[in-house]
Amino acid sequence: MARTRLLDLDRMSFRFVVGALAAIAFFFLIFPTLIVLLTSFTSTASLRFPPPGYSLRWYAALLDARQMQQAALNSLKVAIAATALSILLGTSGALAIGRSTARWAKILDSIFMSPLLLPALAFGFAALLYFSLIGVPLSLATLVLGHVAVCVPFVLRTTIASLAQLDPALLDASLSLGAGRFFTFRRITLPLIGRGIAAGAFLAFMASFDNVPVSLFLTDARTEVLPIHLWQIIDTDLDVRTAAASGLLILATIALMAAAERFAGLSKQLH
Amino acid sequence: MTAAPAADGPEWRLLLPLGAFFVLFFAAPLIVLLLVSLSDGLALNAFSLTHYARFLSDSFSLSILVDTLALGAKATAVCLLFGLPVAWVCVHASPRLRSLLLFLVILPILTSVVVRTFAWIVILGQQGILNKTFLSLGLIDAPLRLLFSEVGVVMVLAQVQMPLMVLPLITTLQRIDPNLADASRALGAGHWRTFRRVILPLWLPGLVAGCILVFAACTTAFVTQTLIGGARLVYMPLYIYQQAAGANNWPFAAAMSVLLMISVLLVVYLLNLCGRSRWATRHG
Repeated sequence: MARTRLLDLDRMSFRFVVGALAAIAFFFLIFPTLIVLLTSFTSTASLRFPPPGYSLRWYAALLDARQMQQAALNSLKVAIAATALSILLGTSGALAIGRSTARWAKILDSIFMSPLLLPALAFGFAALLYFSLIGVPLSLATLVLGHVAVCVPFVLRTTIASLAQLDPALLDASLSLGAGRFFTFRRITLPLIGRGIAAGAFLAFMASFDNVPVSLFLTDARTEVLPIHLWQIIDTDLDVRTAAASGLLILATIALMAAAERFAGLSKQLH
Repeated sequence: MTAAPAADGPEWRLLLPLGAFFVLFFAAPLIVLLLVSLSDGLALNAFSLTHYARFLSDSFSLSILVDTLALGAKATAVCLLFGLPVAWVCVHASPRLRSLLLFLVILPILTSVVVRTFAWIVILGQQGILNKTFLSLGLIDAPLRLLFSEVGVVMVLAQVQMPLMVLPLITTLQRIDPNLADASRALGAGHWRTFRRVILPLWLPGLVAGCILVFAACTTAFVTQTLIGGARLVYMPLYIYQQAAGANNWPFAAAMSVLLMISVLLVVYLLNLCGRSRWATRHG
């Protein structure tokens, strides 16, 4: 009797602690996003919560925010270019090292993943020094090159993971039936690892669009990108247009995520 | 095109583009960084360890490095405390609830860091939601100073980087055979003991991977550190940025960057080592 009660206590306390901590964590994961969304519809010029009234005036104000629009356009261009390059480099790299069990493949894998561990800000500064030393002026192109280094690991990771699930017998069968290497790649390999590549590309795009540590050193007034522009506004004078811009970014993220989930099974690729 | 030997095809050639890119635009910049930190500027002459000596002998600079590493450690600890239960609930939820929970975990990491940090300013400010709630509940008499405090930075970093902890935790937890926990409980070990003696050791690889990712991200989180920490709380990223952009003191900033990199990699290495040795003593 006493033993059963003790076991009950053990089970209940475990469930309670796990449940309570998880509930707090989930609350804090969602809460800030909701706050920004609601605040962005405020009718006043202050960031008070809850807003005294609701309106779309700050979203309308975005239409006149020329500098912010230019920054968003720059971000979009850079993210698209960086993602395209990351797909090319990452997929070919993954094909080379993903199926190999050799020691060199393991070592190369950790080298190519290292940009995720190294302080990105230090790398951004290193890239600035490098381009200055070899005499290449900063432009959107140099910014793209800097972003690719920190975005490639995402494509590499998801593509290698999907290659690991690819049955090598399929490739052998295709090759022994007379299909060439390229034909086999296009008709067998690519369709089977396509979702992995797409998930990686999505992550690379978001990582580039949101990147601050590298952009901080590789942009100037002409090539300003959106996250840096927003950071500066928040840092100097907090204005409600930031909330509207944030609201738009959140909605765009949710839409992109839904698309990535539908076409690439994003949540299954991430863990 | 003549057929290459089928067994060991020309696959290594596919590595050339990525390899060349990494040498040219990742390794080369880092080497330049190292060289600049050892010299007196982009002219790359007068090599010496002056800038390292200057940093390491200056107690103000040194305290910033220590604060930055401590900040990473604290935020990682908070992330771990909440990340473990979150991953546990995600794995044990019904398939439908699970995809919703996963969505909630992934959404923050894909939402702009600036946006997430901005949200916290609205929450933590003197007129913010937290202070207002506490005041109206009578828990405090005057608004707490949450913004521009270390507690605030740790809290926000933990929230912002949480997904980096949770995702590897979920991956590893899924691979643990549920029969092991059932067996342990059937044999009389309670939930807590089963968790500590059976689940946790098997979970260690994911735990170490999550800690490494969060720690690395927190030490370089420029946006969160500057916006929540304000001008009074200076961490390495802002310090490097100020030296590099403001004072145009590139060699010193380069030396600081190298020191930050080395310290972060050292912690990563130690975490890896700790994960492996614990693993070996229990299973070797």
